[in-house]
Amino acid sequence: MANWIPLWLHKLSSPPVFYRFAGRWRPWAIALALVLGIVALYGGLVLAPPDYQQGDDYRIIFIHVPCAWMSLFVYAIMGVASFIALVWRIKLAEVVAMASAPIGASFTFITLVTGSLWGARMWGTWWTWDARLTSELVLLFLYLGVIALCHSFEDRRQGARTAAFLALIGIVNVPIVEFSVNWWNTLHQGSTIRLLGPSSIAPSMIWPLLTMTVATKSYYIASLFGRTRTDLLALESGKDWVRQIAENEARA
Amino acid sequence: MSPSLQSFFAMGGYAAYVWPAYGVFFVVLLVDWLAPQYRRRRLLRELRGRMARQEARKERNHRHSAAST
Repeated sequence: MANWIPLWLHKLSSPPVFYRFAGRWRPWAIALALVLGIVALYGGLVLAPPDYQQGDDYRIIFIHVPCAWMSLFVYAIMGVASFIALVWRIKLAEVVAMASAPIGASFTFITLVTGSLWGARMWGTWWTWDARLTSELVLLFLYLGVIALCHSFEDRRQGARTAAFLALIGIVNVPIVEFSVNWWNTLHQGSTIRLLGPSSIAPSMIWPLLTMTVATKSYYIASLFGRTRTDLLALESGKDWVRQIAENEARA
Repeated sequence: MSPSLQSFFAMGGYAAYVWPAYGVFFVVLLVDWLAPQYRRRRLLRELRGRMARQEARKERNHRHSAAST
């Protein structure tokens, strides 16, 4: 690896530097998320034809599946950040891990609710204790556990490190959610989209789905940067750079 | 409302399932977006209050010590 990469990463992990970096990129990330989101919604709700079996009810897929992917993706990021926080004790890694938890919980909640609304008519039930649904519910509880544990300590950094430990243990649930439809015989359908080999879904339906996936990823970056900025201000509120920001915003 | 728009909102009879799903998606993400921004504003306001009190105390102590000498 080139010499400048670790150096650049080291600089970026300094709270005031990352605060500015996140502030510069956050508007672009949310703009990209909005544009792609609108395009995906138009493609999914207007352009894509109704499903030959499910009619228009299947259109829930365009938010359900991207949010389900995000619920796992955000957990993976939280896991990696937690690992870095525990091993190298980098303050920014703690903040990124803890800021990811509420965003991941939001995506998991959306996944469960939209899935329930979809299942209500297609399966004839709002809920069933099936492997995919149960493991996704466990994922939500893991996120909520991380958030609760983080806030149950007087010392913020100690809370973050303890919660990071829980996040790290809970990562075993991620492959369980992902492969539950293959490991167990479940009511939930298997994957129709494959990275390798042909996907069993029409092109007119897949492009809005993939566009929404990129949109939710971009949203995550924007939301994470916003939360990280707020958390860094809270964590370093005694420092000069934060006081400077407080004064500057009073004048603005 | 034009018939094509009407059929769009009807969602082939699944309107009661499709639109709430999209509604939850937007409301949850909107809350996720706004919550840290409110917290940030409150945080900076409190910090400014703390700084002002610190400044006032310093000023008072200074005047006090000047008066006693």
